[in-house]
Amino acid sequence: MLHTINKSPYEKNSFETCMRLAAAESSILLIEDGVYAAIDNTKISELIKENPSNFKFYVLEADLKARGLDKNSLIPNIEIISYKGFVKLTVENEKTQTWL
Amino acid sequence: MKFGILVNEGPYTHQASDTAYHFVKAALDEGHQIYRVFFYHDGVNNGTRLATPPQDDRHIPNRWSELAKEYKLDLVLCVAAAQRRGMVDPDEMKRNQKDAHNIADNFRISGLGQLIEAGIQSDRLITFGD
Repeated sequence: MLHTINKSPYEKNSFETCMRLAAAESSILLIEDGVYAAIDNTKISELIKENPSNFKFYVLEADLKARGLDKNSLIPNIEIISYKGFVKLTVENEKTQTWL
Repeated sequence: MKFGILVNEGPYTHQASDTAYHFVKAALDEGHQIYRVFFYHDGVNNGTRLATPPQDDRHIPNRWSELAKEYKLDLVLCVAAAQRRGMVDPDEMKRNQKDAHNIADNFRISGLGQLIEAGIQSDRLITFGD
């Protein structure tokens, strides 16, 4: 299953709730202000690094760039994808849960 | 693959309408079919033809209209959400005795059943919102 998060973890708790509730091995895509969750050395970056449920993390490149961020600011092993990659993820996963 | 798209956020609010648009474009570019885009809640405001954003800004309603024209997309505004927010097509204008209508080209107003049907008929239903 694919989960998309579009709000900053410093604004809403949807990211942390998703991390707590999503089934193991789920894919989590960070879009819009959700990309702030992908920054390394923050109070929530450990949560992603520990990753006990073995999630696969993705971040949308256009939204990263729009916020002046690039792969150097990110937690390692978060995959940067395009809109084409976003579409591909929704095809590969039978269900997409949008966290609002 | 057939996609149904649900847009719950108005234009120029945060970013959900932009994300939905870019997702739809990317899906079309990949050869997928968009069964319907359903605009619900504040999302119905994407369907106004009276918006005049600054010239150097994207024109969100026109952008949807033009994409719909090019790809024959079905853009549907939820009728109950539209009535609450003053989104009116010629039929609704007559039915509710309004003095004007404001719906943009290639949008139409219909009921929530259209969202359910899109969910049934599409392989994927993807939500964009706030």
